Amino acid sequence: MILILLLILIPLLSGILTFFVKGNGAKGLALLSSFVTLALTAYVVSASYAAPLTFSLPWIPHLGTSISLLADGMSTTLCLLTSIVMTVVFISNWNKEVTNPHAFYALMLLAQAGLMGVFLASDALLFYVFWELALIPVYFLCSQWGGERRIAVTFKFFVYTFLGSLLMLSALIYLAIQNIGDNSYSWANIVHAGSSLSAGQQQWLFCLMFVAFAIKMPIFPFHTWQPDTYEQSPTPVTIVLSALMVKMGLFAVIRWLLPSLPQGVAFWSDTVIVLCIIGIVYASCLAMVQTDIKRLIAYSSIAHMGLMCAAVFSQTNMGLHGVMVQMFNHGINITGMWLIVSMIESRWGTRDLTKMGGLATTAPRMAIAFVIISFANIALPLTNGFIGEFMLFNGIFQGNSPYHISFMVIAGLGVILGAVYTLTMVQKVAYGNEVAQGAKSDLTTNEYVALAIIIVIVIALGVYPKPLLDMTSGFVSHMIP
Amino acid sequence: MKAIIAATILGIIMMFAGFMSKDKKAVTTLATLLMVALFGVSIWEVMDTPASAPVSLFHDMLRIDHYALWFNMLMAGCATLYILLVGKEIRKIGSYVSEYFALIFFILCGVFLLTSYNNMLMLFLGIEILSIPQYILAGSDKRNLKSSEASLKYFLMGAFSTCILLMGITLLYGATGTFSILSFSFLSADMVNPMALAGIILIMVAFAFKVSAAPMHMWTPDVYDGSPTPFTAFMATIVKVSVFIAFLRLFHASFGTISTRWTLALSVITAATLLIGNVTAVFQQSVKRMLAYSSIAQAGFMLFAILSVNATAWQGIVIYAVAYTVATVGMFSVLMKLKDYTYDGFNGLAKKQPLLAFYTTIFLLSLAGIPLTGGFMAKYYVLFAAMQQGQLLWLIIFALLMAAISVYYYFRVIIAMYFKEGNAELEVEVTGADKFLMGLTCIIIILIGVLPQLFLNNV
Repeated sequence: MILILLLILIPLLSGILTFFVKGNGAKGLALLSSFVTLALTAYVVSASYAAPLTFSLPWIPHLGTSISLLADGMSTTLCLLTSIVMTVVFISNWNKEVTNPHAFYALMLLAQAGLMGVFLASDALLFYVFWELALIPVYFLCSQWGGERRIAVTFKFFVYTFLGSLLMLSALIYLAIQNIGDNSYSWANIVHAGSSLSAGQQQWLFCLMFVAFAIKMPIFPFHTWQPDTYEQSPTPVTIVLSALMVKMGLFAVIRWLLPSLPQGVAFWSDTVIVLCIIGIVYASCLAMVQTDIKRLIAYSSIAHMGLMCAAVFSQTNMGLHGVMVQMFNHGINITGMWLIVSMIESRWGTRDLTKMGGLATTAPRMAIAFVIISFANIALPLTNGFIGEFMLFNGIFQGNSPYHISFMVIAGLGVILGAVYTLTMVQKVAYGNEVAQGAKSDLTTNEYVALAIIIVIVIALGVYPKPLLDMTSGFVSHMIP
Repeated sequence: MKAIIAATILGIIMMFAGFMSKDKKAVTTLATLLMVALFGVSIWEVMDTPASAPVSLFHDMLRIDHYALWFNMLMAGCATLYILLVGKEIRKIGSYVSEYFALIFFILCGVFLLTSYNNMLMLFLGIEILSIPQYILAGSDKRNLKSSEASLKYFLMGAFSTCILLMGITLLYGATGTFSILSFSFLSADMVNPMALAGIILIMVAFAFKVSAAPMHMWTPDVYDGSPTPFTAFMATIVKVSVFIAFLRLFHASFGTISTRWTLALSVITAATLLIGNVTAVFQQSVKRMLAYSSIAQAGFMLFAILSVNATAWQGIVIYAVAYTVATVGMFSVLMKLKDYTYDGFNGLAKKQPLLAFYTTIFLLSLAGIPLTGGFMAKYYVLFAAMQQGQLLWLIIFALLMAAISVYYYFRVIIAMYFKEGNAELEVEVTGADKFLMGLTCIIIILIGVLPQLFLNNV
């Protein structure tokens, strides 16, 4: 079905077009493109509800690769997330002045195209191409529009992820040469090739591939690029990074790693879960002592990603299903968080928590939104975070590992710590003494719309999560035999 | 054969053109036209020769097959692009412009010999025809001390490596009693004459000299840095990749059967080349010198094609040759526009010349091997070939680590252009024609990255 290809082509072409638009037309074009993509994604979601959609076109047959796309429950969920987040970002950024708007919006759209491609590709080489293509625009976005330490920080991020992807590429080539043909990179072929290798081969191939994904997520100890990059990036880019790009890592583990290297996964899963849990506790502790609000949320994101990754490697239906649900929810929640942070920063001119206070009196509507999103972030019942996190813990608890109970208990500590730092942050920002300096205006219309979209999703999926569960359940049932 | 004859005749015409006209511009135009003619002749020859039947000439000393012709055509195309991009700069080097162009035609004649030799004598002849004009070109900026130094250094080192090659050929002749390269393939792994083996190792060392593989790379940075920039661009690209074809032909077609005997030595050379090329490039302050080390690093990747004795390697080296040549020539053509060759010279170029900076970014992304550029496909092909060969996994992982390092020095230029404040000063004006040609170069790079099969034509 050609429509899936359009999901990539529309952002790509409008991105290229945006480079040549002068002035305010750029953001208009970007918003228009994101709306069209969103509508199309919604259609693809409904069309792929019954059975996955596929699309295939020959590309380089003698290399065994083709342009083949697959829209199943998991990929459409993430495409939907990408479209929603991009739309929200463009709406909230509407009244902000950006230098060189044409380049900024063009690169954002190109990043969107890359992300869509990663989520839809069902050919390993195509997947790799999009994986890198999503990175290049983000590199330029961070380096051009970021904070004062942006160049060194972004460069570290780029080299880290590039190294990881190269290692992944070597693993993919190794899998592809197992049976050379016209389709040696197709998903089915990679999975078949990988699962017929010996246990020893699967174990080291796992290492090569997992490093790439672990850097992207990021998993302790590969996380060191993340807080700096989130802090230094401009907010729209931070959103793209934390809501969407980190999902590429989780997505890739579920789509490419779990099915193709089952024995490697079995061998390493305990190690990975231990790393994830160290990451959860470590990041939560660090989050508690941060005074910079952006860094606080960055560390909390590491903790959340760690929990999701641990649930993936528990290898239970419940855990996997929970991860798919939570990938969507985390993307929505963290977008809301960053939006509020950027609104606060633009009004008060600071990100230092010790200098904040009294948001509830100066900007009550913003404070309410902030509190709701914070609750969703700590997975309070009736917010979208709850159902996902519940399933994640349930999954870890059901896991095959002999240590599953201790995993569950220590990971649970992360929730408590999460509540501690999130509520402390809410208290410091929203209540207490009013801040003297800075503008005291409440939400502008576009900010209001952007936050309203987020909050509606938060509450709607918190009360009635069934549509999201149904979307992803089909995929889970054929993932694990 | 047509291309070899054409290159010689056109070279002679170029030489005599110097007597006819003292107008440098007219001479440059003539050279461009003749190069296009050479490109045309090589296309004609590809079309004219059936793919299945190689032409054998001079008692089988030359064996011109489809692969060789296709590669010749690509190199003639690259040379045309090169002349178009840097022809104006060659004019500025000295007063004997027509001779420089003539020497370039003679080098191409050597290139065409190297792609189709079937006899060690032809290999030697090709290498010499290729090298001697380069020694002259390296020293063509006569009043510049660095240029003279480069020329002398290149000549001494080149002569030295030629001696090693000759010694290798002699030993091999002693062991086998023949110069014909196809006769060597009877060498079998379990019973190799030690004399033949010593000969093979010496030939490998000589080739390593010519392609500037470590530890025989010492001459490269000084020669590339000292030579006039237009000629550096030629030596580092077309000449180097053509020597690789000769390297590949000999080691696969003749010594392929005993590859286990020489793979280890060549793997060590490859690892050393990658390490020294990439790590040293990081510490350079001059972009021109960085490109010299980058050419060493890229040679390390091309050595993978020699290491992997299979059909993918033959395709990979063609893709690598074109992708690397086009991107490097493009990069040098940008460099020649600038006044200051250090990284600081690029500061703020994006504000002053957005299009030029964009093109430079594409060239650099290709050199770094980012997907959708030719550089990615090139690296992909050679690594795929090496993976198929097996047993080289440690080297592949090492090469990937080195590729990540290479991002550091390539992206430093991008960072300087886009994210640093500065006023990049141009030495010469960037004309519309320049922009068009660089844009064409970028399109070729993207085309290799997206549809590499167009550049292979079933070779």
